[in-house]
Amino acid sequence: MASLRNNLRPFLAARSAWLAGFIVLAACLGYGQAVNSCLDCHSAQEGRLGVTPEKFSQDIHAQKGLTCTSCHGGDASSYDPAQSMSRKAGWKGKIDRKQIPQLCGSCHSNPALMRTYNPSLRTDQLDQYHTSIHGKRLATGDDKVAVCVDCHSVHDIRPPSDPRSTVNPLNVAKTCSRCHSDAAYMKSYGIPTDQFEKYNISVHHDALAVQGDISAPTCTTCHGNHGAVPPGVDKVQNVCANCHVFQAQMYQKSTHSKAFADKGLPGCVVCHSNHGIHKPSDAMLGTGSAGVCMRCHAPGDHCDRARSNILNNLTMLDQAVNGADQALRRAEAAGMEVSEARLNQDQARDALTKARVSIHGFQADLVDQNVQAGMKIAAANRKAGDDAMVERNRRRIGLGICLIAIAFMLVGLWLYIKKLES
Amino acid sequence: MIAAMVRWLDERLNLEGLIAPFKHKTVPTHRLSYWYFFGGITLFLFIIQVLTGILLLLYYRPGANEAFESVQYIMTRVQFGWLIRSIHSWSANLMIFTAFVHMFSVTFLKAYRKPRELTWVTGMLLLFLVMGFGFSGYLLPWNTLAFFATKVGTEIAGQVPIIGHPMMIFLRGGEEVTGATLTRFFGFHVAVLPGIVTVLIAIHLFFVQRQGMSVPPKVEADWTANPSARREMKFFPNFMLREMMAWYVAIGALGALAALFPWELGVKADPFISAPAGIKPEWYFLFMFQTLKIIPSKVWFIDGEVLGVLGCSLAGMFWLLLPFFESDKPARTRAWITGLSIFALVYVVGMTVYGFLAK
Amino acid sequence: MCAEQPPPPDTSRRRAIGFFLGGGVLATLASFLYPVMRYFVPPAVVDLGGDEVVAAKLGDLKPNSGKIFRFGARPGLLILNSDGTYRALSATCTHLGCTVQYRSDLREIWCACHNGTYDLNGRNVSGPPPRPLTVFEVHERGDEIVVSRKREA
Repeated sequence: MASLRNNLRPFLAARSAWLAGFIVLAACLGYGQAVNSCLDCHSAQEGRLGVTPEKFSQDIHAQKGLTCTSCHGGDASSYDPAQSMSRKAGWKGKIDRKQIPQLCGSCHSNPALMRTYNPSLRTDQLDQYHTSIHGKRLATGDDKVAVCVDCHSVHDIRPPSDPRSTVNPLNVAKTCSRCHSDAAYMKSYGIPTDQFEKYNISVHHDALAVQGDISAPTCTTCHGNHGAVPPGVDKVQNVCANCHVFQAQMYQKSTHSKAFADKGLPGCVVCHSNHGIHKPSDAMLGTGSAGVCMRCHAPGDHCDRARSNILNNLTMLDQAVNGADQALRRAEAAGMEVSEARLNQDQARDALTKARVSIHGFQADLVDQNVQAGMKIAAANRKAGDDAMVERNRRRIGLGICLIAIAFMLVGLWLYIKKLES
Repeated sequence: MIAAMVRWLDERLNLEGLIAPFKHKTVPTHRLSYWYFFGGITLFLFIIQVLTGILLLLYYRPGANEAFESVQYIMTRVQFGWLIRSIHSWSANLMIFTAFVHMFSVTFLKAYRKPRELTWVTGMLLLFLVMGFGFSGYLLPWNTLAFFATKVGTEIAGQVPIIGHPMMIFLRGGEEVTGATLTRFFGFHVAVLPGIVTVLIAIHLFFVQRQGMSVPPKVEADWTANPSARREMKFFPNFMLREMMAWYVAIGALGALAALFPWELGVKADPFISAPAGIKPEWYFLFMFQTLKIIPSKVWFIDGEVLGVLGCSLAGMFWLLLPFFESDKPARTRAWITGLSIFALVYVVGMTVYGFLAK
Repeated sequence: MCAEQPPPPDTSRRRAIGFFLGGGVLATLASFLYPVMRYFVPPAVVDLGGDEVVAAKLGDLKPNSGKIFRFGARPGLLILNSDGTYRALSATCTHLGCTVQYRSDLREIWCACHNGTYDLNGRNVSGPPPRPLTVFEVHERGDEIVVSRKREA
């Protein structure tokens, strides 16, 4: 059906006026109330004016019983363009960009009305929008900024839970990037356009798009959606703390919290950056190119010594865990059963993670505590692996003794047979 | 002292009379005599299986939630548990191997011919049952490989027309491989099969005892032409002592295999994960498995799998009845059966190797 | 076996046979029986998990507190509610596999790694966790709290 319509489209477009007349006739024959004259004509139109019934049927609003006239006004029962698209019938035509938030808000900000569709849906989007950079700029007459339909699409608006929705967590970054990565479009605002590029190599993008963890953050998780504004330099840690609880708690109590605030430095971002957050590594504590501490601290001072202490501790535990892994692998390769120690390695790895988290308190002794706990587990696991190798050697000795006994027996039997048969 | 005890028992139970038939039993001595050992070695490995199997029963617990853990317990916590289990596993494989060697040696030495047809039939039944031991025992540790091997194996059994599906349900204890299958296989493995096999072994040995050892036709012909070349050895103690040497070598080999290559445990079976790629049955089923794989999915109008299963069953049936196709004149053997035997050996070995190498 | 043989002509050879045969029998018997005897000795650790585990003793836990116990290969979480009922769940967070803990202040199960929370029925309430925690069965047997996997119906 769809392909048939597509094939016929040029033909229909060329004769739309003629056809309209014909359809009016058909409409008079009794199809009056059931038809939607908007779609009948607009499905035959090209480009921005084209809306097919297939497209519109995907729209959550269409599914809830709303029609073209709900937003655009006019008379959908009439096939006479003069009537259906008459201002008298309330026809609004193309909605002005500046009016779009108000139009959407006329329903979405009305709790009484929204309750009749989805009682749990929030109704503060418009209010929030007014507080966002987008909303504020729109109010000053800048219509290049995003309005509802720029993010939510138009005529095929799907709920965010739908994977095909432009505002589904997996698609949000792409949606934002349509404007924010367009250097020409963003030129007049003087803000960077590399956020999408950076985000795409970040640990959060990896978690979200590659590992499929839809709880991982995308643009709106930190910036908000309808009220989108950068979180603000001094409030970054509050945003990160939503997921990274321990790190934030320790940071708040640390000396860095106050020092950064005094200097007007953006908390977590100072070391981890913002959009292009890499998976953290111990090298961040080092003095190499990945190191972050020495950007501010002077070599040889008290903090530098604490830093190298912490780094050495973490490296030690990391090596201990890897060493235990190797010992267990060796034992497994020798056919020994060490699955229990293998499982305990998870605890050692947990302890390492915990120790790494605890550096956010910037106190060497705090890290040391966690490292020591991990060292104990790793050492026990390593011992299990080494013990297995000792056990393997013991088995070989036992085997040797047994084989000697068997050899004795064979010699005895052979001599006996020889004697019998001599 | 021992002599006195033996005398004491002999006076009461007439041990002499019990051993007497063995004393008269002789074993022909010729250049192919060493093939006679393989039956005895297989029997010895079966005894090892019974003994280590009983030991494993002390700690093993059937059940989907416990089987893997209990085998792990045996392997890690029980002193020398690794040894008992590894010997049980290695011995199982060696037993199937020696049983095959025994079967093929009997085939090529034409030992199955009149009057030994029934010995052959009981032997073949024993071979099938031993493979059943292998199949049912393989599942008991309830690890991933065993789980999927059992799934595939029982599915193949389900391909047999008409009786296939009910047979699969019978084996699995339901539509799927579950804990119920494990319970069943455990029952087969430790109760049903040992009972039947023990009885069959007794019959098999009784037949061998009654009929004496077969002499290969060529050797027999030589001896008939030149009666002075005929050589024999007393079964007891001469042959028996040699057999004991073979047993000691076997147990030494088992110990070495168990100590140097402990049988691995694998990963606990999880029915909800997808089958690992390239799942293969144990090596002794590989030639049949590979046969099924190379048959195209449709041959003419018959389903390839069904054809393969039917073919394998018919071949097995034919092999079981092999003696009845042989000439009953002692002096003549049928050449086509020899040819077929060579083909069977080459096919089984070739397909097994191919199965190992194939992806 | 040796008793009924006629005396051999050479006693030193006879002695050698006796030495090898007798020594061999004893040595092999010893090397076969020793592992078997050791095998019979029940190991000190009675159970390696499986279907059920003793998670705690009665009175180990204060009301409104939780405890991590080992259930087979993975950690479990035993909670004593303030009304005196026990509850046991898998302690492995369904998000990235951290070990969860009971928060007596929130009366919730909490994962510190990314601030995920579950209610006492194991349902993922907020934060990243995509799935509920597995709930185990708890029985009191004497003074032991026994946790077992739920049987499928």
